[in-house]
Amino acid sequence: MFRQMRDAESAATLSFSFDGRPLIGRAGDTVAASLLANGVTICRETPVSGAPRAPYCLMGVCFECLVVIDGVGNRQGCMVPLRDGMTIETQHGRRQPEEMQG
Amino acid sequence: MKPLTDIGQLAEHYDLAVVGAGPAGLSAAARASEIGLSVLLVDENPAPGGQIYRSITTTPVTDRAVLGVDYWRGADIVARFERSATAYAARCTVWSIAPDAESDGASFEIGLSLDGRARLITAGQVVLATGAQERPFPIPGWTLPGVMTAGAAQIALKSSAIIPKGRTVIAGCGPLLYLLAGQLAAAGAEIVAVLDTTPRRNWPAALAALPDFLRSPYLAKGLKLMAKARRSLRFLGGVTSLAVEGSGQLSAIRFERGGASQSIACDTLLLHQGVIPSVNLSNAAGCAHDFDPVQHCWVPQIDDWFASSVPGIAIAGDGAGIGGAESAALRGEIAALDAARRLGRITIPERDNHAAPIRTALARTLRGRRFLDLLYKPAAQFLAPTVDETIICRCEEVTAGQVRDAAKRLGVTGPNQMKAFLRCGMGPCQGRLCGPTVVELIAETRGTTPAEVGYYRLRPPVKPVTLAELASLPQSEAAVKAVVR
Repeated sequence: MFRQMRDAESAATLSFSFDGRPLIGRAGDTVAASLLANGVTICRETPVSGAPRAPYCLMGVCFECLVVIDGVGNRQGCMVPLRDGMTIETQHGRRQPEEMQG
Repeated sequence: MKPLTDIGQLAEHYDLAVVGAGPAGLSAAARASEIGLSVLLVDENPAPGGQIYRSITTTPVTDRAVLGVDYWRGADIVARFERSATAYAARCTVWSIAPDAESDGASFEIGLSLDGRARLITAGQVVLATGAQERPFPIPGWTLPGVMTAGAAQIALKSSAIIPKGRTVIAGCGPLLYLLAGQLAAAGAEIVAVLDTTPRRNWPAALAALPDFLRSPYLAKGLKLMAKARRSLRFLGGVTSLAVEGSGQLSAIRFERGGASQSIACDTLLLHQGVIPSVNLSNAAGCAHDFDPVQHCWVPQIDDWFASSVPGIAIAGDGAGIGGAESAALRGEIAALDAARRLGRITIPERDNHAAPIRTALARTLRGRRFLDLLYKPAAQFLAPTVDETIICRCEEVTAGQVRDAAKRLGVTGPNQMKAFLRCGMGPCQGRLCGPTVVELIAETRGTTPAEVGYYRLRPPVKPVTLAELASLPQSEAAVKAVVR
C-alpha cells in the first residue's frame, strides 16, 4: 500500500472505479500507481493457481499488474495512464472471451 | 521534437529509429537529428527520461533534495532532445525488428503499436536503447502482494510522489539499494530495516579493482549515499537468506544473519540485487549475446561503435552492459555518430573527430565500475534459490525444484528445452523475470556455467500484441502473395 508524500505538487483529480468501487486518482498517474495510492493490494489472480498478485516492477517488465480496463483484459496497469471515468477490474485468471472487444 | 500521438502520424520511413527514451536513446536521437538524419524515437512510457530520469519533466516531487542532483541532471538531456527535430512517439511499443524484405535488407521493418493500433514502418538504421531491468530476486514468497522491487518504489516516487505506507523493509545489494533507501527516507517513508545481502567474500576480488574506483566519480557519490543511509537507517549486513512470510499477503520478512534466524514484521518489502541489460528486443532481433562473468548477466556483442552482430543495429546504454546513466548518454552519442556514418551522412574522419572527446568522457564515467560489479555480485543462493518450493517463473508458477528435477532426472540441458517441459518463460513476461534464474539453476545442477547453458531464444512479438492489432495492419502486395497461392 502507498500514500502520497508531503509537499507533492497537486494535480487535477480523476474519477474511476475498481471492481465497481468509485475511487479518485491523480491526473498524470498510471492505472497501477492509482490503484496503489488507493490502497488496492491485489490486481489479478493468476491463470495457473488463482494466487493473488500485485504490481511488482512498475516498468512494464513483469506483467504482474495485468487488469481489465474498460472491458479489455490483460492490460499492463503500469503502462496505461489513468483517464477520467475508467472502469478497472481485477483480472481473474486468463483473459475472458467477453473482454475481447479490444 | 515533434510529438506523435497517433500511430497514423508516423512516417513510412526514417533514417534512424531509436528505441527507448532513457539517457542513451535521448542522446542518440538528439545527436542524429543535429547531424540532419530523420529520426524516430519510440518509447513505451508516457514521458521521456527512461527509468533513471523517470518523469523528469512531469514529476510531482517538488523538493529537489528528495531525488538528488543526479536525477535532475536528466533535465538537460531531455531539454536538448526537445530542441532537436526528432519525431517522438511516447506510449508506443516496438514488438518486432527484422530486415525489410522489400528493400533487400537495406533497411529494417519495425512493428509498432500505439493505443491498440499497429503499424509497420521502415528505418535505415536502428539504435536499441532499451536499458536495464532489475535482476530477478527469487526468494520464497516473493510473489505475495506487498513485495515489490526497489526500482518499482523509486518509479512510484518519481512519477507519482507516492511512497510505501507503513513499515517498509529494503533487502538486497547494489548501489541503487542505498540510493533508494536514502530517497524513500527523505520522502518520509518509514524504513524499519535495510537488509544487506552483499556477500563478504566478494571483497578480495573487488579489492583488486579498488585503485580505479578510488579515482572514479562513483567514489564520493557512493560514500556520501552510503554514509547518509547508514547513519539514519537500521542497517543489517551479512544477510545470507531471505524468505517472505504471510498468507495471501506479506506480513514479515524472515532472514538469516551470522547463522541466526530473525523476522521483522512489515507492510512492504522492496527487493533489489542490481540491474541487468534488457535483452528481449536485441535477442529477438537476432543480435548475438555473450555471458559477462563480471557483471554476471547476458550482454549483446558490440564493437567500439556499439554496433551489434546484426549490421545496422547498434545497442547503446545499459542494454549493452551496465554502465550507469552518464555513460549511457555518451554511448548513445557514439552510436548515433556511427549510424550517420553508415548512412553516408558523415565521413569516417568526421565521425572519429566528433567521437574523440565523447570517448574521453566515457572512459571517465566507466572508471571504477568493475569494483562495483565485483563487490555487488549477488550471492549464489540468491541467483539459484536453494529452497525447492521457491517460484522462479512468476507467470507460469514454476518452482526451483521443478527446474532442478528436469535438469537432473530428465537431462534437460538448456532453457529452451526447459520451456517445452515446464512452460517457464512462456507466460506474458516472456522470460524477463525467470530467464536468468532458469539458466543459473540448470548450470548449477549440471555442474556447468551459464555461458555453456545459453539463454532463451526469443522471438517477436517481444511484447504481447492482440490479433486485432495484427489484423488491422495494412497489407502489402508481398504479404498477400506470401499466403495466397
